[in-house]
Amino acid sequence: MSRISSRFAELKKANRSAFVPFITAGDPDFDTALALLKALPKAGADLIELGIPFSDPMADGPVNQASYLRALASGMTLPKVLDMVRKFRKEDKATPLVLMGSYNPIHAYGTARFVRDAAEAGIDGFLIVDLPPEEDEVLRAPASVHGLDVVRFVTPTSDAKRLDTILAGASGYLYYVSMAGITGTKPIEAEDVEASIDALRARTRLPVTVGFGIRTPEQAGRVARFADGVVVGTAIVERVFRNVNDPRLAANVTEFCAELANSVHAARDKDV
Amino acid sequence: MSIPPNSYRSGPDARGHFGGYGGRFVAETLMPLVLDLERAYGEAKDDPAFRAELGAMLKDYVGRESPLYFAERLTERLGGAKIYLKREDLNHTGAHKINNCLGQILLARRMGKTRIIAETGAGQHGVATATVAARFGLPCIVYMGEVDIERQKPNVFRMKLLGAEVRPVKSGSRTLKDAMNEALRDWVANVHDTFYIIGSAAGPHPYPEMVRDFQTVIGSETRAQMMVKEKRLPDLVIACVGGGSNAIGMFHPFLDDAEVAIHGVEASGDGLDTERHAATLSKGSPGVLHGARSYLLQDRDGQIREAHSISAGLDYPGVGPEHAWLKDQGRVQYFSASDKDALEAFMLLSKLEGIIPALESAHAIAHVMRTAPQMAKDKLIAVCLSGRGDKDVFSVAHALGERI
Repeated sequence: MSRISSRFAELKKANRSAFVPFITAGDPDFDTALALLKALPKAGADLIELGIPFSDPMADGPVNQASYLRALASGMTLPKVLDMVRKFRKEDKATPLVLMGSYNPIHAYGTARFVRDAAEAGIDGFLIVDLPPEEDEVLRAPASVHGLDVVRFVTPTSDAKRLDTILAGASGYLYYVSMAGITGTKPIEAEDVEASIDALRARTRLPVTVGFGIRTPEQAGRVARFADGVVVGTAIVERVFRNVNDPRLAANVTEFCAELANSVHAARDKDV
Repeated sequence: MSIPPNSYRSGPDARGHFGGYGGRFVAETLMPLVLDLERAYGEAKDDPAFRAELGAMLKDYVGRESPLYFAERLTERLGGAKIYLKREDLNHTGAHKINNCLGQILLARRMGKTRIIAETGAGQHGVATATVAARFGLPCIVYMGEVDIERQKPNVFRMKLLGAEVRPVKSGSRTLKDAMNEALRDWVANVHDTFYIIGSAAGPHPYPEMVRDFQTVIGSETRAQMMVKEKRLPDLVIACVGGGSNAIGMFHPFLDDAEVAIHGVEASGDGLDTERHAATLSKGSPGVLHGARSYLLQDRDGQIREAHSISAGLDYPGVGPEHAWLKDQGRVQYFSASDKDALEAFMLLSKLEGIIPALESAHAIAHVMRTAPQMAKDKLIAVCLSGRGDKDVFSVAHALGERI
């Protein structure tokens, strides 16, 4: 069983939602981002989305755009992202790591070669925002050879017919984008999302994580009651930015992640 | 060696691919819209009522057909092939962009969309979009890079007069590519009511096909006009290429005429051997940006490089996917002209023919200046004069060190 499947299985047994932080690889620089990455599991991260810096991200708001630019300015490249993953994997063999980002850096690296190198480095899956099902075969074919998941997105614009396309060939888990928009711009409407997730569950047995617009421990806890995973990105990246000149950056950001994780993990305690 | 296709005009395939280029590389949120657009466009294209309405607007509102003008003095000066200018500069709003904007806004109306967005570089597409939005009474937001706003002030003011909101884009290189990023982000956030009028033959399928189809009127008219004037097809067809909309419109009707040579002209800015150019097909490599796979200016890590050209409309690090395919097929040859070449052509055409060309179109004229003298006097060149240069007088004055 893959790291992703076994992690969701464990959490399901414990009736807990996964806390899924997103950070950009190399923001603000390689060493700081690696320190932060290593600290995340201890802060309660159940799965980590590691952002691939890109100059022209289409689905990101200003906060994540700036984060990619900081990483690129510090000399981050895709081979270095894999270096970071290797260093992380030396210490942590259990926490699933998913690469998130735009396709072009992977295309430039060579998709098949990249998937092989990513698998060796210890990556578990990919979330590529500009590879919809119509275009993701180029990534899914090599990924399946190496047992990696290509996670697909479901959005508020996905109707029943669209879901057929998305679910055919989906693996690992589903990423439900909680609003039509770019990252970090609008707050989540938890009630609407819950209804959509319920509808989605009737169609699939894959775990469903929810992301886009979850900014506070309260919101994260609210979503954790019904979602299999709660993704927080922009709010964390914003804290990286605020601590950019602070030597305690990793510790300060980790502290916030721990608050989010606690809220996610305690969300269903009251229900029982 | 691959076998050439039976026709160069049959693309894209059902998935929006021109060979290995094109496609739909967009966020899942946009996929239902892109599919919806494809369906709606497919229906509209075959609907005689839609075609009639578009045809009537092109005639009475845009002023088509545009003349194919024999540039006698330019021909004499260069001393070679006969040069004909396809006068897209005489269209309402001063460029070819309106051909496509009319088509797309009629489609937007048909689809019940109530809000129009667009990106613009030189401002010609922004002005054309603002114009058709005014004409059909729809609110319009135009994304434009801050750098371009500075160098195309007259067009910014025109858009405002037409009732559009011009949103300055501060991210990245603050030019056309960033304006397109921002327009795509707006579209993702406003999927329910918004129609994105893309001006280049770029973006996700069906845009490259749709923009091409709406611009093909340029080449179709040129072909027919040349048959009337010279009783035969031109030997060489030339157009400038940024994203490539005027070029694909000019080229497409000639693609299957083996006797017609076709040249696209990119902007080489300070020079092809420098870092500052926009010659995507000459110096770029395949990659994925703005919804399609095509040639890009990028570094080894797949980060997009900034383009440079004196002409804001060519200042783009990508190119329409059909051009990428035509380059690989060898059907169209792509050349480049520098800022300096374009300025020289800008001045020459102004003085010899009394026609001030857009800086974009001046790149095509610069290529004419190189090729026409090499050709015999009985040869024919048709060049697309895609727009007029009024918008560029400040940039040109600045480049010449003059104050106006």
